[in-house]
Formats: sequence, C-alpha cells, structure tokens
Amino acid sequence: MDIKFALETFWSLAAALPLTLELAVTSIALGSVLALALALSRLSGILALDLFARTYVFLFRGTPLLVQIFLIYYGLSQFPAVRHSIFWPLLREPYWCAVLALMLNTAAYASEIIRGGLISVPHGQVEAARACGMGRFMIFRRIVMPQALRQALPGYGNEMISMVKATSLASIITLMEITGVAAKLISESYRVIEVFVVAGFIYLAINFALTRLVAFAEARLNPHLRAPLAISAELKGETH
Amino acid sequence: MTEPGFLDIISFGPDGWGPALAAGAWMTILIAISGFAIGGLIGTFGAWAKIAGGPVVRACAEAYTTILRGIPDLLVIYLFYFGGSAVVTAVGQLFGAEGFVSFPGFIAGALAVGITSGAQQTEVYRGAFRAVHPGELEAATACGMGRLLKFRRITAPLTLRYALPGLGNVWQVVLKESALVSVTGVVELLRQAQIGAGSTSRPFDFFFIAAMIYLAISTVSGLILQVTERRFQRGVRRG
Repeated sequence: MDIKFALETFWSLAAALPLTLELAVTSIALGSVLALALALSRLSGILALDLFARTYVFLFRGTPLLVQIFLIYYGLSQFPAVRHSIFWPLLREPYWCAVLALMLNTAAYASEIIRGGLISVPHGQVEAARACGMGRFMIFRRIVMPQALRQALPGYGNEMISMVKATSLASIITLMEITGVAAKLISESYRVIEVFVVAGFIYLAINFALTRLVAFAEARLNPHLRAPLAISAELKGETH
Repeated sequence: MTEPGFLDIISFGPDGWGPALAAGAWMTILIAISGFAIGGLIGTFGAWAKIAGGPVVRACAEAYTTILRGIPDLLVIYLFYFGGSAVVTAVGQLFGAEGFVSFPGFIAGALAVGITSGAQQTEVYRGAFRAVHPGELEAATACGMGRLLKFRRITAPLTLRYALPGLGNVWQVVLKESALVSVTGVVELLRQAQIGAGSTSRPFDFFFIAAMIYLAISTVSGLILQVTERRFQRGVRRG
C-alpha cells in the first residue's frame, strides 16, 4: 500500500465528508418526524390511518432504496404536472431527491421501531397519569414518549447506522459524497485497495462515533439502570 | 413513433417490455440466490470461528463482521468490481493480453452481496447455535457419532431451525441489495428498468413496475419462508 497516495485519498475523501453527514442528518431528522406520525397512525385506532400506515410501511420496506431514489429522481419528471409545480426547483436537484428518498425510506423502518417503543409502555403508567388528572397530550409528552424513547433508542441507533450507509446510494444520482468520490478516484487511479481501505475507514469512524453517541444517550436516559457507584468496591475491600 | 402506453410496457407482445423485464427479474433472483448461498457458506465458517475458534481466529471473525456491517454495500460492490477487474487485467497481461480486461459483473456482484450477507449470517448462525440445547449435542457424541456426522445430522438441522426467522430477514436484505449490482452493468431488474426508462420517456412507469416486481418477489419468498419455518418447527412442542 502506497502511504502517500492513501494520505492524498484521505484528504479528498474527507472533503466529501460534510455532504455525507448532511444527507444523513437531514434525512434522519425529517424521517423521524414522519416516522412518529406513521407510528401514531398505526396506534390511533382509526381504520383509514392504520391502513395507510401499514401500506406505506409495506411498500417502502419491500422495495430497494435505489428503486425509490430512481422513482423520485428520474420518475417524477415524467409528469408535466410535477414539472410545472412549485416543487420542481427542489425535485430537479439530485440533493433534495436523495434527501426525500432517504427520508421516506427511513420513516418506514423507524416507524416500526417507534411503534414498538410506544406499545412497550405499561398501561398502568398511562392509568396513573390519568388518575393524576393529566390531559391526553400531557400524558403523551411526559409519560409515554420518554419511556418509549428509552425502549426504542437501541433499535433506532441501528437504523441510523444503516442510514449513514444508505447515503452512499446518493452517489448513483451524481452526488459527490464519500462513495461518489471514492468511485471517481478508483476509476481514475485503478488503485482499488487504497481507496477502499481509506473510504471504509471513514465510514467505520462515523459509525463508531454514532454508536458511542447512542450509547451515551442511552446511559443518560436510563439513570435507574446505571451500575452502582464505586463505593461498593471499597466496601468489598478491593482498594488498597 | 408512438409512445408506448403503460400496458404496452408490461405486455409480452412484439413491442412489449414484458420478456425483458421478466428476464431481468430472473437475473435479480439468480444474483440474490448466489449471494445468499455464498453468504451462507461464509456465515457457517464465521459462526464456527466465533464459537469454537482460538483467540486469533475469533478476532479475525470479529473484525470481519464489524467491518462489513459498518461500511456501505455499494463500496464493497465497487471493491469487487474494480478490484476483480484489476486482478483479471494483471493475470491477462501475464498471458500476453493487451489492455484492460473487465471482471464479469455477475460474479463481482454475487461475491460482494455474499461477503456482506455473510457477516449478517455469521451473527444469525451464532445466535441460533446458542439456542441448541447442549444435551442434544452431548447425546450425539455419546451415541458415537463422528464430528462430521454429528454436524450433518444433529447440529446443522437444529441450528437451522432456530436460524430460519433470522435468515428470512437476511434474505429480504439480500434481495434488495441485489439492486445495487446494477451499477456493474449486469442487466438485472433495475438495470433493465433503467434501459427501458432511457429508451422511452416513461421512467416512472418502468421504475414503478420494477418496484412492484421486487415487492412480489419479496412477498412470495416471505410466504415460502413461513411454510419452511413451520416444517422445521414440526416436532417442537408448543407451550
């Protein structure tokens, strides 16, 4: 492996890092709002909303993300109504098409994770809140949501990691994020191994940082599960 | 030239894209099955390494699963496609061939999908093996079975029973991942839809049909898996 070339590669790939992060953060943030709405629709007990959310999840989880990206980026331009609408300046941009596809896709997966978190909240908690005189919205905000978040966080962490990986597909619709630059470098230099190792290292670093971040949030959200303080070690007589 | 309508696209008539799309779907299934099979082979060895290997072997298996689950599949496909081409070109030059020789996209794709799904299958098999009751393995040893016989008759079927639900998930992932192989130029379902979209002005229709075919394949294979699962569960008493 050529160290000098690998270093050069590292700097050109690092320049593409902001775009990768931007794609991931934007689509995860927008997707989580939609996911919450979908999860609440499924639990609403209103048949039309429930059916809509079920169909949505079925469609988006059953088809490849790349097909969804192509449908939005290439497909929508087939309709003159879309081309003449006010959304066209956005839908013409590969960036927003990628964000839209990633967001719609992650919402389907995340809604199931959030739904699992919501139904894991014991009914007694809601009953107790109601007995305290809380309204429906306050119960949701103060009792249900915090506990659901705790339950859903590990699963959501996995979904965030797959989203970071999924941003690589944006390179297929011409966006020069890390994988896009890597593919360009490979086809220019034919040095596959170096580029692959450096690009892989960057993705691993992002995902490692993300895992740590989620673990930190998990520890903060679950103070009651933390290990007892170090005093127990002293009591056991292990200190010198 | 008249524009084809939606029905012309899916028809099997002289101007229809039906046969082409069906061939693409078949190619998608072939890539997915080959990738899944390669992944199964790797997963079996990976799980064995993690369960029974020494510290070095275990560390290698650990590194493999961590790395392959942390980097995008597309990057792995590029590695195999361009890397394979580089190797083939070097070998070709050794035998006096001129210029660049490209690596078959199908093999690169199947290998890449196999390596990524192998990391997932390693975890599935490892988890499933832990669910097998150790008494059943001891009983097999007590009956005097050799290692291979024990694996074939006892360990593999029992592990598979617990692994099937997880393998079903991996299969669905592999099926969707096979769409990425289209970047190597293999004419599978998505690539065929792209070709169709490019030669007509109806990209939405083509990608929509491709999406529906993917949905159909994943639904049908999901049903098949359900039946298989039930078959493997016979003989298990339910509480």
